[in-house]
Amino acid sequence: MENPEQISFLEPIAPPLVKIIGVGNAGITMLGRLDPAEFSVAQLAAINTDSSGLGTCPAPVKIHLENKLLRGLGSGGDPDRGRALAEEQFSTLKTACEGASVVFILAGLGGGAGSGISPILAKAAREAGALVLAFVTQPFECEGNRRESQAQQSLEQLKSAADGVICLPSQRIFKLIDENTSLLETFRVTGGLLVEAVRGVWHLLMRPGLIQVHFGDLCALLRDRHAESAFAFVEATGAGRSREVVENILSHPLLDEGRALAESSAVLVSLTAGNDLSMAEINRVVDQVKRQCTTAQIIMGAALDPELKDKLCVTVIAARQDSASAGTKILTETRTAGPSTSTREVVVARTPRTRKSGNKPVQTQLPLTIVSKGRFDKSEPTKHNGEDLDVPTFIRRGVPLN
Amino acid sequence: MFDDSSIIAGLEIGTSKICVVVGEQGADGALNIIGLGQSRSRGVRKGEIIDPAQVEEDLRAAMFEAEQMADVEIRSVYLGVSGGHIRGFNNRGVHPVVSADREITPDDVEDVVKNAKAINLPAENTVIHAVRQHFYVDGQDGVTNPVGMLGARLEVDMHVIHGNANRLQNAIRLVRATSLEVDDVVFNGIASSLALLTNEQKELGALVIDVGGGTTEFVVYSNGVIRHSGVLAVGGDHVSNDLAYGLKVPLSRAEKMKIEYGAAFVNDAVKGQTISITNELGLELKRINHEHLQRIMALRLEELFELIAQDLERAGLADYLRAGVLLCGGGSRVPGIVKVAENVFQMNVTAGHACAISGLTAALDQPEFATAIGLVKFGSLKNRQRTDRPFLKGLFGRLLQRS
Repeated sequence: MENPEQISFLEPIAPPLVKIIGVGNAGITMLGRLDPAEFSVAQLAAINTDSSGLGTCPAPVKIHLENKLLRGLGSGGDPDRGRALAEEQFSTLKTACEGASVVFILAGLGGGAGSGISPILAKAAREAGALVLAFVTQPFECEGNRRESQAQQSLEQLKSAADGVICLPSQRIFKLIDENTSLLETFRVTGGLLVEAVRGVWHLLMRPGLIQVHFGDLCALLRDRHAESAFAFVEATGAGRSREVVENILSHPLLDEGRALAESSAVLVSLTAGNDLSMAEINRVVDQVKRQCTTAQIIMGAALDPELKDKLCVTVIAARQDSASAGTKILTETRTAGPSTSTREVVVARTPRTRKSGNKPVQTQLPLTIVSKGRFDKSEPTKHNGEDLDVPTFIRRGVPLN
Repeated sequence: MFDDSSIIAGLEIGTSKICVVVGEQGADGALNIIGLGQSRSRGVRKGEIIDPAQVEEDLRAAMFEAEQMADVEIRSVYLGVSGGHIRGFNNRGVHPVVSADREITPDDVEDVVKNAKAINLPAENTVIHAVRQHFYVDGQDGVTNPVGMLGARLEVDMHVIHGNANRLQNAIRLVRATSLEVDDVVFNGIASSLALLTNEQKELGALVIDVGGGTTEFVVYSNGVIRHSGVLAVGGDHVSNDLAYGLKVPLSRAEKMKIEYGAAFVNDAVKGQTISITNELGLELKRINHEHLQRIMALRLEELFELIAQDLERAGLADYLRAGVLLCGGGSRVPGIVKVAENVFQMNVTAGHACAISGLTAALDQPEFATAIGLVKFGSLKNRQRTDRPFLKGLFGRLLQRS
């Protein structure tokens, strides 16, 4: 294991040492799709309970969690087994994370390994002194209730264990693909989106920022607010690229055609382009995004990458405030500017409370009142700041008629 | 012999009605409204055509009526357009004055206007209007004609209104299909404000709100130029739909009740009152709470004005409206709407009249016709511009004679 001091000695402007760990089959597949050249500075590792999945993985570090109970058959889709196994080998996980200042966890939730191990791994990484950011997918609805509830449970645990969680509900993918897309292609798209998110965050950390986004900012954005965090990665080239990028953001299915922005409480906008990136372009993009989310806290960053030439890439991460954690928002914001250690203290101090509320079973409600739009049912909806003006005003404002 | 070129027709394909107004422009440029035709519109939602065949049928009916009344043949029309896709924004063009003596020439003015028009629109959009506001010479504000002035840097503000090209083309194609020519396409909001506002009001600063059936257009004038414009795809249809939903009655019934019992605020007198709905035999079917009816309407209309007020606030124009707010369109007939608008905007609100045209009989001076009358007015202004250029007029005259 290298230690962080040594690295900072070797590289005068030391970027943080990042470890990217894929957990479970889905996580390992995503890990395999990361471009090795782009992520050459990062250390990749794979963790699985199933040896066959590990075998094909290109990652240099492979950790096979195994005990006699599993008989080499994997966790069998049971997150409890995965969790038990991870807890049993907690020290192994911790050593694997040692030395890193940032750990990315890639996993597909819903199964045994991803759902079970990820929260424990996040905890281990935190104890090893790293900031933890998890990129996870939630299963498709057709994968069944059990996987969904397992994923939900695991997500809650992950939220309390990691510094930040970026979650992609696979169901949303349907808006991106057409009907004839093959199953393989669908999974490829899902993984691809998450990989894009990883790349986006990776660029935030690694590229020399014109306007820096600190990792602390990112974590502060994602922490506590992730009732759901939506993200989008768009790129465009040519003269009208900034306009095109804005159009794409505002029509991005993962951002609910821009509605997610209106509902979010904090938004991170990161732009990357070639050396010709102009302030006007940055301004145009951020301004347009800002217009969509008037109440949100906006963190923006810009970076240059000569290799992109005239391409403009924008990563948008929108986090929606969880009503349960609304009270703690101000506290988080005041600490944002501080060094990462102080933000960590805040997290640690609050973790038990968050976890308690996170694990409490929540009574779900069915949407019983289906508001019909009458004669506007089939017409193009009139959207204004994320509100559908076709729905009667008295319903949107909750004015009782009795 | 009747000179055809002095006949100007305005056509508005609205959500609730299709309306044609025919005007006659005298030799002195004065405009006289001589005909009007209208028919119920059945193929339009939120200001956009959804059933071209139906619209064509209604259009022919309205045309026929207008031609009958005016006793002329309409060959071309000024077409009013609206819809939620239309947007307005301000753009500034800059041009350095390069001549040695630093005198601004007409060429410089042309260049700076060209620069201001060079905007980055989404590929599918097209510019409907680009209206010149004021020039700046070396930062000096409010110059209306910079030719002959000295300066190093000439700037101009333009107000650009743009919309989806295909949707605009749909309306134009439809009109052409009825063997009519389209002289020009005009944004409905601009047409309404032309009909309503006097030059003095434009100078003082005024907001015109046209509450139509499917859309609400608003235009802000200040210092004599258009400063801001916009469309909300919300109108009288929404009010009816809210009532139908909230009171659980059919849409046609809701429409009738809106006209008969509606108000823009909850009248104290109606509290606790009920309206009974009867069928054609006079049997009572249902009782409706009158207060609920008015509350639903009040909320919708108040929200509509609030959205516009927010938009103006964002554009920083709320303090420039010294002539106040003028309302037109069918929605301005709702009792008490002036009071509600006054509450929201906190300024003087009046129900607008098409005062800017002479010879308008009282029967035509209805708020619903403001847009169509404004279209005719737009046409007359354009004609006047044309007659200002004797060379062109001569050319046109010769061409017309030859054909």
